[in-house]
Amino acid sequence: MSTRLSSGGRLVNKDKPVEFQFNGKRLKGYEGDTLASALLANDQMLVGRSFKYHRPRGIVASGAEEPNALVNLGQGGKFEPNQRVTTTELFDGLYATSQNHWPTLEFDIGAINTYLARFLPAGFYYKMFMFPRPFWKHVYEPFIRQSAGLGKAPKDRDADTYEHFYAFYDVVVIGGGIAGLTAALEAGKSGARVLVMEQTAAWGGRAVVDGVEIDGQAAEEWVAASVEALQAMENVEIRTRLMGAGVYDHGYLLAYERLRDHLPEEKGPRHRLWRIRTKQIVTATGAIERPISFAGNDLPGVMLASAVRDYVVNWGVSIGDRTVVVTNNDDAYRTAIVLKEAGLDVPAIIDARQGGAGALMDEARGLGIRVETGKAIAKVKGKGRVTGVAICAQAGQGGVLDEIACDCVAMSGGWSPVVHLWSHCGGKLKWDDAQAMFRPDPAKAPKGASGEAFVITAGIANGHLRSADALVDAFEAGRSAAKAAGGKVKAGKAPVAADADEATLEAIWLMPQGASIKLRMKAWLDFQNDVKVSDVQLAAREGFESVEHAKRYTTLGMATDQGKLSNINGLAILSDALDQPIPQTGTTTFRPPYTPISMGAIAGEARDELFQPIRRTPMYQWHEANGADFEPVGHWRRPYAFVRSGESVHDAVNREVMNTREKLGLLDASTLGKLIVKGPDAGKFLDMMYTNMMSTLPVGKCRYGLMCNENGFLSDDGVVARINEDTWLCHTTTGGADRIHAWMEDWLQCEWWDWKVYVANVTEQYAQVAVVGPNARKVLEKIGGMDVSKEAIPFMQWADGELGGIKARVYRISFSGELSYEIAVPASQGRAFWDMLLEAGEEFGVMPYGTECLHIMRAEKGFIMIGDETDGTVIPQDLNLNWAISKKKEDYLGKRAQERSHMADPNRWKLVGLETLDGSVLPDGAYAVAPGLNSNGQRNTIGRVTSTYHSPTLNKGIAMGLVHNGPDRMGDVIEFRKVDGTTVKARIVDQVFYDKDGEKQNV
Amino acid sequence: MLTLKCPYCGVHADETELHPGSEAHLKRYGPGSSDDEFEGYLFMRENPKGVHFERWRHVYGCGKWFLAARDTNTLEVFGTYSAQTTEPPQEIKEAITAKRPGWSWREFQ
Ligand SMILES: [Zn+2]
Repeated sequence: MSTRLSSGGRLVNKDKPVEFQFNGKRLKGYEGDTLASALLANDQMLVGRSFKYHRPRGIVASGAEEPNALVNLGQGGKFEPNQRVTTTELFDGLYATSQNHWPTLEFDIGAINTYLARFLPAGFYYKMFMFPRPFWKHVYEPFIRQSAGLGKAPKDRDADTYEHFYAFYDVVVIGGGIAGLTAALEAGKSGARVLVMEQTAAWGGRAVVDGVEIDGQAAEEWVAASVEALQAMENVEIRTRLMGAGVYDHGYLLAYERLRDHLPEEKGPRHRLWRIRTKQIVTATGAIERPISFAGNDLPGVMLASAVRDYVVNWGVSIGDRTVVVTNNDDAYRTAIVLKEAGLDVPAIIDARQGGAGALMDEARGLGIRVETGKAIAKVKGKGRVTGVAICAQAGQGGVLDEIACDCVAMSGGWSPVVHLWSHCGGKLKWDDAQAMFRPDPAKAPKGASGEAFVITAGIANGHLRSADALVDAFEAGRSAAKAAGGKVKAGKAPVAADADEATLEAIWLMPQGASIKLRMKAWLDFQNDVKVSDVQLAAREGFESVEHAKRYTTLGMATDQGKLSNINGLAILSDALDQPIPQTGTTTFRPPYTPISMGAIAGEARDELFQPIRRTPMYQWHEANGADFEPVGHWRRPYAFVRSGESVHDAVNREVMNTREKLGLLDASTLGKLIVKGPDAGKFLDMMYTNMMSTLPVGKCRYGLMCNENGFLSDDGVVARINEDTWLCHTTTGGADRIHAWMEDWLQCEWWDWKVYVANVTEQYAQVAVVGPNARKVLEKIGGMDVSKEAIPFMQWADGELGGIKARVYRISFSGELSYEIAVPASQGRAFWDMLLEAGEEFGVMPYGTECLHIMRAEKGFIMIGDETDGTVIPQDLNLNWAISKKKEDYLGKRAQERSHMADPNRWKLVGLETLDGSVLPDGAYAVAPGLNSNGQRNTIGRVTSTYHSPTLNKGIAMGLVHNGPDRMGDVIEFRKVDGTTVKARIVDQVFYDKDGEKQNV
Repeated sequence: MLTLKCPYCGVHADETELHPGSEAHLKRYGPGSSDDEFEGYLFMRENPKGVHFERWRHVYGCGKWFLAARDTNTLEVFGTYSAQTTEPPQEIKEAITAKRPGWSWREFQ
């Protein structure tokens, strides 16, 4: 059983007991524990179930690489799934539950999958779901829904807060082990601005556990002194619980700080995302130990050798009373020695190498430990937990030589440098055959804006597994980084580490070498995603020879741990199956973040009202106080309708339409884009921007204009007014103001930079009110200040003046078909003007109206709306807008494109009006169907609905749509398909439903 | 996340301050051009692995469009310059030649 030892545990404070809950059980730990060490101290070996076969799984590692031990943490607004227990610091009141099982962790129905394993091979998903089709709905989908995903998504809003932090450094050192500290000291001494970060809560990394001696001091003392020295440097910032998450272009670095995960009761943000720009990055990220593939290597109690050692030394926790160590390298001997020195039993070290280890083997034997060389584990015995191992020859096929009872297996398949951050931004790797690992290739480092490398790797992360080499390397790395960042490097010498001589590792990818299929089907590569040696071999046989394909086919390395333990082993198995060397197979791509970071940290402060700025018109508060039902239009919030008590939104819209048509309506049109285009060449410029001729527009007049992109498609529309000889005011759509402004700037800056034109976006400088309806003139005359008669301001003209003492520009334009004035006043007086109109309009039956009323009235008049009648594939000619396309102009944006054969094709669908025979409203976007099928076996279509409304004025459904040969088929009845599969008949009619001759607007 | 120096205001702008505008030094073809010329202008792009010329706008800064010469593979930036030119200025060409001897891109050597 796993338990707390009476002594040891350099990180735990036994004076500070802590209580926590796991699956409802109240358990005890100490301050300084991780959730992993505390669970193990309570003999909680079983912590979860695997993804596919629901196999019982225990803790395998002691750090960020842990694949198995994922739990749900917290409750309610603090609930978070898939949290690794090895990186979760214990605190009083911690609440954790296991996941991916039903009904309980101990008894799980899904575990039946393990007996179906031979029916769930690699590529299972791809193979099975092809046929027969009904099986998808009734068998496969329910199965996948039940078993897909590990943790459950949180149900409540996140109760915590998060923040972003922007920082700038000369050198950032990632990793707080002895290599990182050495590099940071050198960079710090140069005067460079340095940040050094460590992802865990403690400095020193592996060296302090392994008892390395540095400059004659114990590693622990050397680390403490180094941290103190760094703290004393004003130009150096040091942080624990800060993880290098991703390295990006030009020295951009994301780091993830866990501020309150271990102090949930404290105030302040929980996580902080550091957005760093740095000249140089040193990755001193260490290495991760590899598991060995042997049958039963996923049983709870089988653990990485380094992790077994960590639990004893750091937390005073033993995994078992009797530990068998299995290895292909010397480092695992340290685990055996540590266990023995802690008074625990080590029945055997199984060393796959014929020659065994170096000095550490002698030390182990000296302690009375049996060392078996050239041997392997044939299989691990036990159900749900290790009870023993069967031993065989590594060179054989698994014939059992001996059985040893044990409750823990400590395995070591060698070490893989953590090259993730090196690789994120293009750093390349090289294969080191002697150490059987990929290590950074310093000749192919990530390059910055200057073309020089901006990432330097140091220590174990650079493939120097021995502490002595690692420190020399880190010393040079720190100096190189400082120099490259402009620091002044002084003379000095690298710290000297002493560690035992080691024999060379032997690459062992499968144990035993000739393991039978039965054994290979129980030899796990990826614990979290349940990928076994046999799966990767099958993928290779089925032709998935590229490592990227094999990865996706088998799901190897695709779980939340991103294959930190499984990638190299899987790669080696694949290479072996393909009979090619490992470097020829290559690696999969390392992508940020290094370990999962919270969605909250990514969002930072950008949530709720801070998510996005909301643009409000000067009349917004009045709308808010008067029943406005808002809708977002771009970043604006516009009233959809003003709903009165007892009304539905639909009622309100109908009332607003009828009132505006019969009496007087007010629309807040302030959001309409307003661009001033000014200069000697402004007319010439607008002739290029619009399909119409704008240079000939007389001063004082307005003209409706269309804008196309260079592909010929309609992009925006609006009314243009000629203000004076060299000034035009261009109205754009509400959503189009910024886009069209940028569009104009682009052409002026990059194509016609010699044209003398200036464009200013004055959208927010004006409040604009549409005064609409038969009583529009009466209310303006009552307010008084300028002549608004038909003679003074005829239709499609404008005039400057004053209304009620407020400076006003009055446009006689109409988007409703009624007598209409659009009046622009300074934004600061918009609300006063609005109030004035409401008060003066009372006797004329004034009512404000919203965007839906606007839409209905424009549809009744057959006016197009950008985004309804257009979708980026529609040209003005499709909408019968040829009258707005100048034939005199040699050129305008989109003209050449519209000359292409496809654009001039008479078979293009064209705009018409549509009326259902039964008066119902056509579904938006519905397609008109024709007999027969197209080449894809789909029903032929001859048109689609672009705008559709219930018209209160006509009391029936009206619509516009694009129809094949539409304008030539007036009166024809065509069929539109509804979502429920039925069809509805509609007659093709003129698109103008109301006041066809435009008499009402021109009075 | 690139950083590019805006040649107008001198700011070393982060990519989030910038708006990309695709390939630089395109020649516009309007009415009267052949189908091939128009297709080339509207659709055909270099998409090189290596030296490239791009349009960028300092949209959350001074608002100006400028041009950048950079290596799409290594992310090295050879320089930024005014958008109001039909080909890269001599010093940009020289900076590229110094780093990438023998490069060529369209008619620019
Ligand atoms: Zn700028």
